[in-house]
Amino acid sequence: MNKILLIIQREYLTRVRKKSFIIMTIVGPLLMAAMIILPAFLAKWSENTDRKVAVLDETGWFFEKFKNEDHLSFYYVFGDFDKEKEEALSKRGDLLLFIPLPELNVPVSAELYANKQAGLNVTSYIKSVMKQTVENKKLLASGIDPDIIKSSKVDINLVNIKVDEAGIEKKSNTEVEVGLSIFAGLMIYFFIFMFGAQVLKGVIEEKSNRIVEVIISSVKPFQLMTGKIVGIAMVGLTQFLLWIILTLIIVGMVQLFFMGSDMASMQLPEAQAGLLNPATQSEGSNPMMIVTDILGSINLPVMAISFILYFLGGYLMYASLFAAIGGAVDNDADTQQFMFPVSIPLIFAVAMSGVIVNQPDSTLAIWMSMIPFTSPITMIMRIPFGVPFWELGLSLLLLVVGFTLTTWMAGKIYKTGILMYGKKITYRTLWTWLSAR
Amino acid sequence: MITLEARNITKSYASHTALDDVSIEVPEKSIFGLLGPNGAGKTTLIRIINMIAVKDVGEIWLNGKPMQPSDAAHIGYLPEERGLYKKMKVGEQAVYLARLKGMSHHDAKTKLRWWFEKFEIGGWWNKKVEDLSKGMQQKIQFIVTVLHDPRLLIFDEPFSGFDPINVNLLKTEILRLREEGATVIFSTHNMASVEEICDRITLINQSKNILSGDIHQIKQSFKTHTYQIRYQAPRNLLLPANKFEVVNDMKKGDYQEAQIKILTNDTANVLLQQVMQQAEILGFNELLPSLNDIFISEVGNNNGL
Repeated sequence: MNKILLIIQREYLTRVRKKSFIIMTIVGPLLMAAMIILPAFLAKWSENTDRKVAVLDETGWFFEKFKNEDHLSFYYVFGDFDKEKEEALSKRGDLLLFIPLPELNVPVSAELYANKQAGLNVTSYIKSVMKQTVENKKLLASGIDPDIIKSSKVDINLVNIKVDEAGIEKKSNTEVEVGLSIFAGLMIYFFIFMFGAQVLKGVIEEKSNRIVEVIISSVKPFQLMTGKIVGIAMVGLTQFLLWIILTLIIVGMVQLFFMGSDMASMQLPEAQAGLLNPATQSEGSNPMMIVTDILGSINLPVMAISFILYFLGGYLMYASLFAAIGGAVDNDADTQQFMFPVSIPLIFAVAMSGVIVNQPDSTLAIWMSMIPFTSPITMIMRIPFGVPFWELGLSLLLLVVGFTLTTWMAGKIYKTGILMYGKKITYRTLWTWLSAR
Repeated sequence: MITLEARNITKSYASHTALDDVSIEVPEKSIFGLLGPNGAGKTTLIRIINMIAVKDVGEIWLNGKPMQPSDAAHIGYLPEERGLYKKMKVGEQAVYLARLKGMSHHDAKTKLRWWFEKFEIGGWWNKKVEDLSKGMQQKIQFIVTVLHDPRLLIFDEPFSGFDPINVNLLKTEILRLREEGATVIFSTHNMASVEEICDRITLINQSKNILSGDIHQIKQSFKTHTYQIRYQAPRNLLLPANKFEVVNDMKKGDYQEAQIKILTNDTANVLLQQVMQQAEILGFNELLPSLNDIFISEVGNNNGL
């Protein structure tokens, strides 16, 4: 037992001390933090520039219709187009909105001149005001009071409520769930391959360095294999933990030092928020509130614990198979030959993600979340939509049975394979090793 | 006292038999040569002794008791396929391998320092293995093999890849370890490399034990009563053809050298008397067959050549 600990320790320390590990640990949170902070930061930053728009309205329809907003103000000019354009652009750096007189029709086109590209919030505000104005005029021309139309408008707010078996109703927000579901599934897929590949690489390294026989004269091959797998699993968990902590620290620091405390209460312009995420338009446009919303609608502790458990289970399942492949083969070409069939279930699970999120409770989804080869990905995708605890428990139990079985099988192949050099390995050979006493 | 005894070991793989009823006896403080051509089954036997491979039939006894898994700590094994982690530092790696053998961190470090001083490689401690030459790496491997003071040392093709200077260094160290009480097993197909230091040998061919025993007795039993004489004379020796066979007689610089086989039961004295009448003898010695000769003749017989 003591020797297994030594192996775990070596596997862990040599990897954690590597430059690539340290770089990944720092770059990961930076990317995550950037993903969280950047949209809000950009929105705030673009909003902060004050813009003035000179309106040259030949139709006269829009006089006094444009209202000043927080960082956007309007003034009206009545001169010659060329002169006004030159004055607005060159002398004051403003924008010029030119609404030409249409020959026949109502004014539906306009031109916006600027030295610097006008922001999305500017253009969408102008558009919405013009649209509103023209529509109102047309309604009036047809004898309809725009106020009647306004008062007849309703906002339909469809709330998805999931009723579980105990009859407890829960508000749910499908878009957020789909996002989280696919994100979590992809992460598990990515991590299983990333850390599984490290196991494969480690085994091949020991075999091609010819150190393996030196080591297994002191410890059993199975101890060496499991020590390596556990050591690398701990590297993975360390990386998760550091990522989470560092991401929180970076986000916190950026909030504190660069954006001030008002970031949390910051408002995006209505139109922009609507464009970015139509689903949340009715719930207010605060980006922090969107995050809070995500956190609120899903059972996060269950999700987090399941994520760790399914990562570990799936990793153990596949890492042992990868170790067996590494032990059996001599070169990269052979590795590919065996890697592909082993990876198929994982790839299949990811390929089916669209089907799973559409119908998380379908028979296919339930079966895939039970079979240990696909369950780490499929089950983690189902959890945001709510999964009964007995299904979760059964799936985890099957996963434990699954990785015990693959580890046992892998141990047999590994133990024979690591001492074989220069032999072409076929499925037949593997079967002989597997069925050997 | 017998340190290691393998009794009637048989091991079969799916397609072939690697060992067929092979037995060896290794006396305490001896140097034992396990000899045989490539593919004879030497490495399989060594792996069975190290409990890396599992025997089908037979028993392994160590110090008068059936071998236990815990006995691995008393064996120092240098496999034929040997190497080190390339990216790890020398000292760190040596400590790791020693601890896997059951040494404490402190003991491993102290002993390693001692060995590193002895081999004058103290400056390598913090170097990465990949920065060392092959010969340097082999020194490290040797140190790691003997570091935990094993009572039984097993070397599988120990001298392959070593330069002559390191081969000598190793031989000296191995002989010294034997003086200090260790028992040594060499497994090799390179007879010349172990001839001078082995006490006993076992010859394995095609999975079977074909010859075992004390190396001097074996050489005696294979001797052909051939003698080598260096002499000075105006012409070649003339000997009665019914009693002696002149295998070879040729001029070497300012003297002649002849190999003469005695065909009867006569002693060497009879030969010398004959030669003395014809020439002035400069040197005389018996030619014993080399292990290589015995090996080739035995393996040849065995393979029906």
